Amino acid sequence: MKVILCLNLNGRAREDAVADNMLLLDYIREIAGLTGTKQGCDGGECGACTVLVDNVPRLSCLTVARSCEGRRIETVEGLGQNGRLSPLQQGFHEKLGAQCGFCTPGMIMAAEGLLRRNPDPGDEDIREALGGNICRCTGYVKIIESVRYAAECGKTA
Amino acid sequence: MNISRPSTAIGTPTPLIDGIEKVTGRAEYTADLATAGALVGRIYRSPHSHAEIVIVDTSAAQALPGVIAVVTGEDCDESFGVLPIARNEFPLARDRVRYRGEPVAALAAVDEVTAEAALKLIRMEVRALPAYYKIADARRPEAISIHEEKPGNLERDVHSEFGDVELGFGEADIVREESYHCAEVTHVPMEPNVSLAEYDPERGRLTLHTCTQVPYYVHIMVAKCLKLDKARIRVIKPFVGGGFGHRSEALNFEIIASLLARSAGGRVKLYLSREEAFLTHRGRPQTDIRLKLGMKKDGRITACTCEVMQAGGAHAGYGVVTILYSGALLNAIYDIPAVRYDGYRVYTNTPPCGAMRGHGTVDVRFAFESLLDAMAADLSLDPIQLRRTNQLTPPLRTINDLMVTSCGLPQCLDWVERESGWKKRRGRLPPGRGLGLGCAHYISGAAKPVNWTGEPHAVVNLKLDFDGAVTVLTGAADIGQGSTTVCAQVVSEVLGIGLERLRVVANDSAVTPKDNGSYSSRVTYMVGNAAIEAARNLRGILVEAAARKLEVVPEDITVQGDIYRGAGDQGPGLNFEEVAKEALTDSGTITVKGTYTVPREFQGGKYRGAGVGPSMGFSYSACVVEVVVDEHTGQINVDRVWVAHDCGFAINPLAVEGQVQGAVWMGLGQALSEETRYDAKSGLPLGANMLDYRVPSIAESPPIEVGIVESMDPNGPFGAKEASEGSLAAVLPALANAVFDAVGLRVNATPMNAERVLDAMIRKAREDRRAADKEVA
Repeated sequence: MKVILCLNLNGRAREDAVADNMLLLDYIREIAGLTGTKQGCDGGECGACTVLVDNVPRLSCLTVARSCEGRRIETVEGLGQNGRLSPLQQGFHEKLGAQCGFCTPGMIMAAEGLLRRNPDPGDEDIREALGGNICRCTGYVKIIESVRYAAECGKTA
Repeated sequence: MNISRPSTAIGTPTPLIDGIEKVTGRAEYTADLATAGALVGRIYRSPHSHAEIVIVDTSAAQALPGVIAVVTGEDCDESFGVLPIARNEFPLARDRVRYRGEPVAALAAVDEVTAEAALKLIRMEVRALPAYYKIADARRPEAISIHEEKPGNLERDVHSEFGDVELGFGEADIVREESYHCAEVTHVPMEPNVSLAEYDPERGRLTLHTCTQVPYYVHIMVAKCLKLDKARIRVIKPFVGGGFGHRSEALNFEIIASLLARSAGGRVKLYLSREEAFLTHRGRPQTDIRLKLGMKKDGRITACTCEVMQAGGAHAGYGVVTILYSGALLNAIYDIPAVRYDGYRVYTNTPPCGAMRGHGTVDVRFAFESLLDAMAADLSLDPIQLRRTNQLTPPLRTINDLMVTSCGLPQCLDWVERESGWKKRRGRLPPGRGLGLGCAHYISGAAKPVNWTGEPHAVVNLKLDFDGAVTVLTGAADIGQGSTTVCAQVVSEVLGIGLERLRVVANDSAVTPKDNGSYSSRVTYMVGNAAIEAARNLRGILVEAAARKLEVVPEDITVQGDIYRGAGDQGPGLNFEEVAKEALTDSGTITVKGTYTVPREFQGGKYRGAGVGPSMGFSYSACVVEVVVDEHTGQINVDRVWVAHDCGFAINPLAVEGQVQGAVWMGLGQALSEETRYDAKSGLPLGANMLDYRVPSIAESPPIEVGIVESMDPNGPFGAKEASEGSLAAVLPALANAVFDAVGLRVNATPMNAERVLDAMIRKAREDRRAADKEVA
């Protein structure tokens, strides 16, 4: 059965008819057409689909879309403003926090959630916040550097 | 012509030129491509490990409204496989299934719900056969052959002896022999497997988008299995989310998607689950190793014998190459006068193994470096010193005909010794904490390609057009390692133009030159050299154009960055755009190419199997790991890793660091926690997901410090060699040796999880007690 879902996606109000059991991940990718958010596993294993729901990182593959009625959803596509990368995007680009790039959108959104609640995280805070996001390329070393870089940018901004 | 290089195009840390797409979500992977009107594909997989197929009944599925195409083994009687000598696999099983999860049938339907419902209607009737999940069971005399042409389930045995082994052991002061066991591991690239196949029924043409490391090999195998002229097929590789070898051969699902698209006469998206990636597999086989070394008192190795058994899974894949690498690369790292190798690749009823990062070398290197450490302890020698005692001095040809033209291992050892505080700290850390060393090496591309057709290893085309832009056309498959960036850097360096004037177009068989793909660390070396040649050819044309314009002879042209001047000319000269315009005026669009072919003397010896092992350049790596072992639980925590990697020359030091860190970390995963498991009775894959298959998380991953050593290989592009796979192999033994330093215990098996280490600690405590009791008695 379809329901009408009203929510805010990357700053824009939307109204869509969606199946009542549709996952937020499928809503974002298939209805809204934003394919930056990735599916890397069969559900809740890898973190690649992480998005922000009212500033809190959530696995969109384990979230039913209609549970987000009236919520503010943010994906990696919503981060850059006015033709500029966000500090985290800049960090992941400059510091090579992204190699194949497949975990990157989820990783960046999980880190974005961290920086919003803790603008000056230590390495242990970063490790804890990204503990559910698997990356198979980097060994995480440059991911931590990327998040640190973004936090530094935030301080000077 | 004089060239001066003000450029920082190479040797400078350079963010990936396709990095912005990745951090903004604009990068399109296969699953992200527009799929309007695409049918949904699904695979029906065998619930049996080993059985003769009596019937595959798809009639009910076919009759379900919304099901457009159904294919089975009946629809494809052509086998596939990456090695021309071992193509013994069908995209959909025919006559027999050989592992649980092997594709048997596939269908395409209008939507997922219909496809799932149809899948449940497929019936398979079989006559069960005995299944073998372990080497010993498959090798039993009464065991039936998994592949009829291979009696005893022996896919390949390799026996070689170089030098006089008996003489070597005779000269040794000590001889020690140990057994090692490494569990099977798998790649787990982040992107699940996806193919988007589109068949044009009016023209009989196929376009395949697929997540592969080897678009050309996929092209060949799809053509073979569909019996379709290669000219009618176009293969495109979009962004790919990692590979690590999983995608280094054509895989069944890519061919199945193509079969479905043709059968449906349209477009089919075949998206595999994570669980199905574990079934598709092609990872590193379970390996049992028996290793014996002879050594003089000063640490000089006098002889080596090594026996290796690999459980290869149900099909050939790269198996023959794996078992050959395991033997060939016993050489080319130390100066060993005599080496005997006996390798056995065995078929088992488990998902096929294949190439995984560090192909064939990792488990044997784990054994070798562990035994070196044990013998260093026996002789009271420093493990670093022991490696120095056996060091290679290039240029040389090894006893098995491998050419070593550069070796930075001594500098790697110096770096890790200094950075880890080795001299002051090893053996002197508090109980439970230890330092260990491991070394390794790896090829920079196989000198002999998989298909011995005589074609060049790599071709790069450059296009200069009236927009003043240079387009690099390459078949090199960027899977995250940064090959696209390397190609751009190399061309930028030779032409003296900025990256902003360059565009790289990669991996569309209709547009880009054929390339063998991304595996065996071949791309920087081979494609890099081809790109240099292409750029030099273009520069030659530009120099001639500049000479014409300036009315001087080409020999008098001086190129400084992108400015061309005549001899003695102090003026502004001609800039790149002006020269390009002159060059284009007469000829129109300029297209040049560069190729790379490995010289004959680097292609190895003349014995059977000599084609595997030879390479133009070997990378070298030394690694020190610091661990803390919990003496109550057996849990190993890795505190820190220092790794020095001789990559010849770092064209992109940022990417070299990233590659080495990623490789070391992947090795830590194998060393500590990763292991594919199959139910002993049913062959059912256990834990085929990313929670049970324990890829290390960020929480338990240590800092990894990288030292880049540049030995300037004489034939590498600007001196460059391989920059990742070698370091993977070094970390496993480094960790094992650190555990010995920490708790005095040798764990000759991976993964060294808490259970295994605790068992070993309990055993050792018991033995120590018994020994003490004996002394008292």
